[in-house]
Amino acid sequence: MTRSTGRVQAARAATGHAERAGRPRAGARGRPSGWRPSAAHRGNALHPGAWWLWAIGLGTAASRTTNPLLLGLLAAVAGYVVAVRRTAAPWARSYGAFVKVAFAVLAIRLFFAVFLGSPIPGTHVLLTLPQVPSPGWAQGVRIGGRVTAEGLLFALYDGLKLATLLVCVGAANALASPARLLKSLPGALYEVGVAVVVAMTFAPHLVADVQRLRSARRLRGRPDSGLRGLLQVGLPVLEGALERSVALAAAMDARGYGRTAAVSAGVRRTTAALTLGGLLGVCAGTYGLLTAEGAGYALPVLLAGVLAALGGLWLGGRRSVRTRYRPDAWGARAWLVAGSGAVVAALMIRAAALDPGALAPGVVPPAAPTLPLWPAAAVLLGLLPAAVAPAPPPAPAPPAGPAPAADGPAADVPAPRKERP
Amino acid sequence: MIRFEDVSVRYDGAPAPAVSGVDLTVPEGELVLLVGPSGAGKSTLLGAVSGLVPHFTGGTLHGRLTVAGRDTRTHKPRELADVVGTVGQDPLAHFVTDTVEDELAYGMESLGLAPDVMRRRVEETLDLLGLAALRERPIGTLSGGQRQRVAIGSVLTPHPAVLVLDEPTSALDPAAAEEVLAVLQRLVHDLGTTVLMAEHRLERVVQYADQVMLLPGPGAAPVLGPPAEIMARSPVFPPVVGLGRIAGWDPLPLTVRDARRRAARLRERLAAAAGAAGGAARTGRRPASAGGTAPGPGTAPDAAACPGTATGGALPARSGTARETGTARTADGRGARPGAGRFRLPGLGRGRPGRDPSREVPAQRRVADVDGLVVRRGRVEALRGVHLSIAPGETVALMGRNGAGKSTLLSALVGLVEPAAGSVRVGGLRPDRTGPGELIRHAGLVPQEPRDLLYADTVAAECAAADHDAQAAPGSCRALVSELLPGLADGTHPRDLSEGQRLALALAVVLTARPPLLLLDEPTRGLDYAAKARLVRVLRRLTGHGTEAGGGAPPGGPGQAGTVHSVVLATHDVELAAELADRVVILADGEVVADGPTADVVVASPSFAPQVAKVLAPGPWLTVAQVADALI
Repeated sequence: MTRSTGRVQAARAATGHAERAGRPRAGARGRPSGWRPSAAHRGNALHPGAWWLWAIGLGTAASRTTNPLLLGLLAAVAGYVVAVRRTAAPWARSYGAFVKVAFAVLAIRLFFAVFLGSPIPGTHVLLTLPQVPSPGWAQGVRIGGRVTAEGLLFALYDGLKLATLLVCVGAANALASPARLLKSLPGALYEVGVAVVVAMTFAPHLVADVQRLRSARRLRGRPDSGLRGLLQVGLPVLEGALERSVALAAAMDARGYGRTAAVSAGVRRTTAALTLGGLLGVCAGTYGLLTAEGAGYALPVLLAGVLAALGGLWLGGRRSVRTRYRPDAWGARAWLVAGSGAVVAALMIRAAALDPGALAPGVVPPAAPTLPLWPAAAVLLGLLPAAVAPAPPPAPAPPAGPAPAADGPAADVPAPRKERP
Repeated sequence: MIRFEDVSVRYDGAPAPAVSGVDLTVPEGELVLLVGPSGAGKSTLLGAVSGLVPHFTGGTLHGRLTVAGRDTRTHKPRELADVVGTVGQDPLAHFVTDTVEDELAYGMESLGLAPDVMRRRVEETLDLLGLAALRERPIGTLSGGQRQRVAIGSVLTPHPAVLVLDEPTSALDPAAAEEVLAVLQRLVHDLGTTVLMAEHRLERVVQYADQVMLLPGPGAAPVLGPPAEIMARSPVFPPVVGLGRIAGWDPLPLTVRDARRRAARLRERLAAAAGAAGGAARTGRRPASAGGTAPGPGTAPDAAACPGTATGGALPARSGTARETGTARTADGRGARPGAGRFRLPGLGRGRPGRDPSREVPAQRRVADVDGLVVRRGRVEALRGVHLSIAPGETVALMGRNGAGKSTLLSALVGLVEPAAGSVRVGGLRPDRTGPGELIRHAGLVPQEPRDLLYADTVAAECAAADHDAQAAPGSCRALVSELLPGLADGTHPRDLSEGQRLALALAVVLTARPPLLLLDEPTRGLDYAAKARLVRVLRRLTGHGTEAGGGAPPGGPGQAGTVHSVVLATHDVELAAELADRVVILADGEVVADGPTADVVVASPSFAPQVAKVLAPGPWLTVAQVADALI
């Protein structure tokens, strides 16, 4: 990958997913069969934890550098893997939203640098905005004034770092099913986890409800746009959401959610003691770490607290009768995927220690960033999942292909209750 | 399997018990159908079996109810989860996970079954319900029938002894309903599951029932008995039973097949009556033919012959052609009848011979005109090149499977979706470019969920808001409500109304602006037969065909001096379409695949034909009312 294409591809990964998603798959099919990854199905699905570790690895690497070329390369790597390995599942569509948020973060960072000034001293003045005189008590705050190339550059690098981090998190979100990740939680936390996941699925429902009710306002002859319209549908929307939650709670109850096994009183008491004690320990330990005088006892207390809390969780799990249906196995592929992320992170940290200049190109005075060869090669290791992870099936039966924007299932799925206006 | 011992349920604050005096036993391996008018306590009884009543809903349960030996007083719903599987009215509200396979496993996970058992049962259930191809699909992408099957499968995997279903086919198109019912049939026959099911659309389910439990009204004690016996005295019954009652058949037929076997004599009587009707029609005695008595000015020769003396001769000839084809019940045999049906349905009775009566109305008089309409939703073309025009006073039924584009077409007519190509004109305006305040004077839509239209917390406030929105004289909406729903108190909260009452209120709200074009999306979902009959009467009056059941109703419709409404309904309910529609338009995959007079279109398709038509084919009768009128 050359210098210029890094950014270009990152941008394309962000905006042009519709056409990108099909192509690499076709390419994968053309490879010699020995290289071809097996088609993804339930049995060989990658452990969601592996995707998260991989993404955290890339994110860690991104946090170590401000070199825009390396950051672009990281974003491109994440984007490419998402493009070739994500499924048509609803959660996979969230990637587009994450990319949009990343761009927004970048834009906001630049906006602040332009209008609120930058602490970076600079000599290359690009333009001078009229400065708002600030009162004496707000001397540190400057509105308007000189905009220097150095300040802008610094803001750009900084924003790029944040944006790349967001892209990495988005990649994990799109590649790993949140529900499957939930299956890896300890038994005692499972029910809390279900509640969280169910709550998350309510957000799209709410959005759909708002849209439906706003269009219903049009049927009453009232304007369907504007803030007032939104406020007036608020109550019906909340009512609907409440009714749905009650219906879901009834269904879950009737399906055995919350069944518990009988455990002896001793175990129950031990669980409570361990959990409470553990949490207290964690609090005390954290406090000690943050204060100056607690340096001696903080770490042991924290560790003991964590251990006690874990023990409480483990014991608490005995109250749950749940079993797990086809949990994802942590196999060789998972090791490779998680490992590739870890290696990228480790190599980048090492490179930052060896050659800080290459990873943080000069801002004062501005210098053209160069692509350091070895760190760039290390970043490319993050592409490993694109080769080892199972490939999603070519085309899902409904035309619910990888839509770039997360416009929800309602848009492309003919469903009986979704066909309302 | 399920024993009710003098069970009664009373909700907190309710003046009377929702159900009382339930004292019966449902034996193992039977499919028991709960029938009764809305509000008779069907859902309460179902909830009691799964333990949700009273543990989840509140209220007090007297007496004793045991399911597979477990007393619901001491067992919470979650402790009954392994013996009772419950599927509510809305399968979407039932799903906890996001893919089909996980959903099937969820219940078993909660019960703590061993992983190998879970795996085996998921595979078995996938095969049993025909879901194997969908196993990894996200649930959001499934069709209605598939969702209902997944919901049933998800409660089947723990191998419950009892399956409790609340209106499993109400929201489904006829084909998807068959799919679900076939599965239930199989469960009862192959696995010996006891199925307890409530359903309003009896014409779909009554033939599968081993026993019927009749709840005659709120608080009245239910009766359990063989279907034919119960149907003889039930206040709610499918058309085929209505036909049997008129014809005096005993035992009553429950299936089209039973009825056909006995219908030979009835068909002869009807043919004779129709012959006589040719003469009688002139007197305008029978409303069904009343529309045909006055041949319109543009009547074609064969249409002119219809209400006259030729009809008597025409009918035997038609039966003759059908017999020649050997299979009188095939779609083609019936569909080919020339101009059948023109002498029953009021709208058709105007004697227009064409396939599309509205085409003959000059363009400027048409209420709505859709030309080559294309609508895109995301990347899917929800509608492709749809043509439709609607004449004043016409009733058009839009039919087709779930997701065929019916609702999208209705939305396009009120400007909720923008055409990607083609044009929509309602009263000469482009709905998507017209302000809402102006548009409601031309077209009004009652959405699938009438509640979406209602914001206020009393009926009176709702009516006042509607008058204001429509800039109508204060009190016009309230007058409409009083006509549609006599005796409705001003202070009632819209949420406390029954489905039928809520629909009527929404209808009144929409009618306040007097739109010439009235659109209804799936109006009969959740309505019992009585509410449906009321709706039919109201809509008939609105379209100016109010001579029939409405008695002395003003011809202009309720409070609508001079406004003749055209009605377009999107519906899965073939009986409703047969009773109400002049014209049926069938959509498939966003395209119009059939458009013509109800009798021709509906009867030509085995899944869209109403029961009476199936029984009396090749005769031209579609509804029980028509048969009853013919036999006077």
